[in-house]
Amino acid sequence: MKAIVCVKQVPDTSGKVAVKADGTLDRASMATITNPDDLSAVEAAIQLKEATGCEVVVVTMGPPPAEGMLRELLAMGADRAVLVSGREFGGSDTFATSQILAAAVNKIGVEADDVVFCGRQAIDGDTAQVGPQIAEKLHLPQVTYAADIQMKDGSLVVKRLLEDGYMLLKVKTPCLITCVKELNTPRYMSVSGIFECYSKPMEVFDYNALKDDPLIEVDTIGLKGSPTNVYKSFTPPQKGAGTMLEGAGQLVSILNDKHLI
Amino acid sequence: MSEYNFTDTAAFHGVWVFCEQRDGVLQSISYQLLSEGRKLANDLGVELCAVVMGSEVPEAYLKALGGYGADRVYNCNHPLLKNYTTDAYTKVLCDLVMEKKPEIVLIGATNLGRDLGPRCAARLHTGLTADCTHLDVDVEKYKAFLKTTSNIDVDNTKFEENTNLKMTRPAFGGHLMATIICPRFRPQMSTVRPGVMQTQEFDEAGAAKTIVENVAVDLKPEDIGVEILEIKKTASKMVDLIGADVIVSVGRGISADPDKGIALAEELAGVLGGVVGASRAVVDAGWISADHQVGQTGKTVHPRIYVALGISGAIQHTAGMQDSETIIAVNKNDSAPIFGVATYGIVGDLFKVVPQLIAEIKAAKAGK
Repeated sequence: MKAIVCVKQVPDTSGKVAVKADGTLDRASMATITNPDDLSAVEAAIQLKEATGCEVVVVTMGPPPAEGMLRELLAMGADRAVLVSGREFGGSDTFATSQILAAAVNKIGVEADDVVFCGRQAIDGDTAQVGPQIAEKLHLPQVTYAADIQMKDGSLVVKRLLEDGYMLLKVKTPCLITCVKELNTPRYMSVSGIFECYSKPMEVFDYNALKDDPLIEVDTIGLKGSPTNVYKSFTPPQKGAGTMLEGAGQLVSILNDKHLI
Repeated sequence: MSEYNFTDTAAFHGVWVFCEQRDGVLQSISYQLLSEGRKLANDLGVELCAVVMGSEVPEAYLKALGGYGADRVYNCNHPLLKNYTTDAYTKVLCDLVMEKKPEIVLIGATNLGRDLGPRCAARLHTGLTADCTHLDVDVEKYKAFLKTTSNIDVDNTKFEENTNLKMTRPAFGGHLMATIICPRFRPQMSTVRPGVMQTQEFDEAGAAKTIVENVAVDLKPEDIGVEILEIKKTASKMVDLIGADVIVSVGRGISADPDKGIALAEELAGVLGGVVGASRAVVDAGWISADHQVGQTGKTVHPRIYVALGISGAIQHTAGMQDSETIIAVNKNDSAPIFGVATYGIVGDLFKVVPQLIAEIKAAKAGK
């Protein structure tokens, strides 16, 4: 049994976000973190390992420095890591990204009792699309927005969050689950984990490693394989500054005059 | 049925809206999307169709969709469609798209729509743009939109003339806006956030005219890989931010005493007849539940009065509230960006200002 976790390294958009003059993001000047929902997915996989003894494989697509993030996840408790990296993969939208990640997961191999975990969404794009798109390419049933996962007679019982409640769903393995932060509290790297993380296996899948998968074609990956393109991008303008007031009394009298209260 | 070719863009016609129902009741996002879809269909000169999946959804509900702009309603009626499952809904929607070939498919960016949309887009081999806040097909209308919402020098910028769907969404936590197109493949798919599009006034004549077409649904239990054990609504009532007239939101500024900060916000909301919202920081810290979150990853709201207490005003937050009619900001830091979008600002400690505000409002109301 394996738990395969797809993760992404993202710029930390909760801190200071740097935008270049041309309106694109200045990624180089921003700190990177492991996407928060993906950390919940890794934690879920490690908990599955503690319950069943399964192997935890973390996989990411990104530039070579993403190896640093993978080492941290190995230090957290993952057993091996795969870095999917190649010039041919650059410029991929969510569709093309899911083609590549699905091919990588195929190469790792999905067996009958395996579970693929993803975070619900990444904080740089907030699309929540890659998880379900990978599931479709791999022909796996999916459960998104997982806030609780229980093993029961070879099936998973997953609490799937809705806006006004939840659904309790039973799904057989192999399947794909996307995780929300309510699912768990991700653990920190352990000291022994940090010692071990450099001796754990790390593979790199480049274009040549994946090119024989039918999902990988010139017109299904990278910029050329992406169905969507950016037509225009822009920064929203600041509204004109409003009126600064002295205190509560002045505000209430204005609101009163304008019949707002 | 001729062979389905997603690259033959000329073969695709019409605008579709996936109309989500829960418990047999159509969700308000369906009306918002139909109202928006109506404008797009008019610009393109094509039909607007509503797609409803469910089990025995009442005819009256289906006809009513015409009142919000639908020319035609595809009724996918099957016991296995009673409640949402990814597999059943994806199969039925994709089968219908392949048969009828719409050029645009709009889906609400709800927890269900955001599960259905990507699965369908992957199966149909087309693009999907998530959580859109603005849609255009007409270039002139798009330019008019940019003039009021962007820093682009519209008159001196070249725009490619086409009727591709221009799907605008916030990116990078709302720090950037991006307009996305899907030029080579069809259908062009988009999820749209609830509360962003305005619902048109109900049109009796449209409702009377609309055609309800029952779709033959090919679905077997073994098509569905997930079993629903239970559907539960949470006992505590979720806060209705989107429909609220007044919202009092709290941010990191309550961190000195979160419980007291939220209690003050509740009291102020009480006297103003509103509800309590929150920034992402407050939700992430676990001080309040996620249904209160306003912003790029929360809800988009435009109430009559929005009060921001101790909210710095990161674009992540302002993206979700800047269209409120009157914005009042209270913050200790006089250079907080929230003052850049506020109609009225008070520099001060919310723990001191809010009790005064509550007292003054009570006094003003008593004087009427």
